[in-house]
Amino acid sequence: MDDNACNRRDFLKLAGLGGLVFASGLPGCAGYGQPESGDRDFFFVQLTDTHWGFQGPALNPDAGGTLHKAVAAVNELPAAPDFVVFTGDLTHTTDDPKERRRRLGEFREIVGALKVRNVRFMPGEHDASLDNGQAWKEFFGPSYYSFDHKGVHFVAIDNVSDPAARIGDAQLAWLKADLAGRDRESPVVVLTHRPLFDLYPQWDWATRDGAQAVDILMPYRNVTVFYGHIHQEHHQMTGHIAHHSAMSLIFALPAPGSQPKRVPIAWDAAQPYRGLGFRGVRTETRSTGYQITEYPVRKA
Amino acid sequence: MTPQRRRFLRTGILVAASSALGARVLAQGERIIRITARKFEYEPSAIELRKDEPVLLELVSADVTMGFNVPAFKVRTDIVPGQVARVRLKPDQAGTFDFYCDVFCGDFHEDMSGTIRVTA
Repeated sequence: MDDNACNRRDFLKLAGLGGLVFASGLPGCAGYGQPESGDRDFFFVQLTDTHWGFQGPALNPDAGGTLHKAVAAVNELPAAPDFVVFTGDLTHTTDDPKERRRRLGEFREIVGALKVRNVRFMPGEHDASLDNGQAWKEFFGPSYYSFDHKGVHFVAIDNVSDPAARIGDAQLAWLKADLAGRDRESPVVVLTHRPLFDLYPQWDWATRDGAQAVDILMPYRNVTVFYGHIHQEHHQMTGHIAHHSAMSLIFALPAPGSQPKRVPIAWDAAQPYRGLGFRGVRTETRSTGYQITEYPVRKA
Repeated sequence: MTPQRRRFLRTGILVAASSALGARVLAQGERIIRITARKFEYEPSAIELRKDEPVLLELVSADVTMGFNVPAFKVRTDIVPGQVARVRLKPDQAGTFDFYCDVFCGDFHEDMSGTIRVTA
């Protein structure tokens, strides 16, 4: 590999509401093993932390409408995504198992309006931690899994069904086995709910055994992690692995450690839906990397 | 009562006291601080310590399994209902440090935290 190829591969383009941001250091991977044509480009959408069932007018007076608006916004994207992934906290927690299932059922019905039929789901702690994922699995199946799409290997890691935020030895062994034998230059995208690194443990923004997952991923040269949980964009590297959290679709949270308590950011009537949105991720075969776009719930 | 008999009784009383304390064996100068966790708070939620003061934290849960995590001092434990969780702490720095529940316990779990204030 020549230096130029390496530079092009270490390229990430982030598109936010405020314009384009360029960040280096992400090992891009699209087009791996493929001729540099656009044939294998693709685009997927990440939605997260929809918290269906949440009620709190001070944080989101449109809690019953935001998810519908997000579904409509995805349907109105200029190009249909190859697939959509929800990275957890589909519903807001409840102690009542019956109510939990009602919320999961309503959520599934609402997102059934997505035009794209390839939709992947993951649990968050609000969905799964009080019953070890039992209800969630009844609706959405296995809580961790992998799949391939146009040459990219996707791995969904469940770090919430254990209320102590552990991935657990069994799943870590599965992860290792799932990746075993793969070419170490081949692209891997990890989808998960909590950060796999200690972003801010004081606010429970961590996975207790996340470092073990990162250790398993580390030999692979092109790994990118997309997650939720913290209700805001955040971008961090652990070694050569890039971690990108996405905005919530219910309320925003403050930046890690920016204030004494993790008090959610109040709804701003002057700027409704500010801090809420979803993400598009596009592979770029020609420039080799991922293009990430953050979308508002409603167009300004 | 003979001196031997007094020594025997005194020893017996000490043994009985140690048994009643279960696994709790106090180090010299160690203070016990009892903390009750319940949805979604700790009581007390503000703890005052002196730097280098050894303390034994005894934690119980009034309802469901909780966690207790003090990242600054790398101290954590599960708090299981019906059991007393014990962790030792000897703060080596002054300041105010957060502790929090790291076992998801329901709505408002995110608010379940407290502080340890260590004075020099």
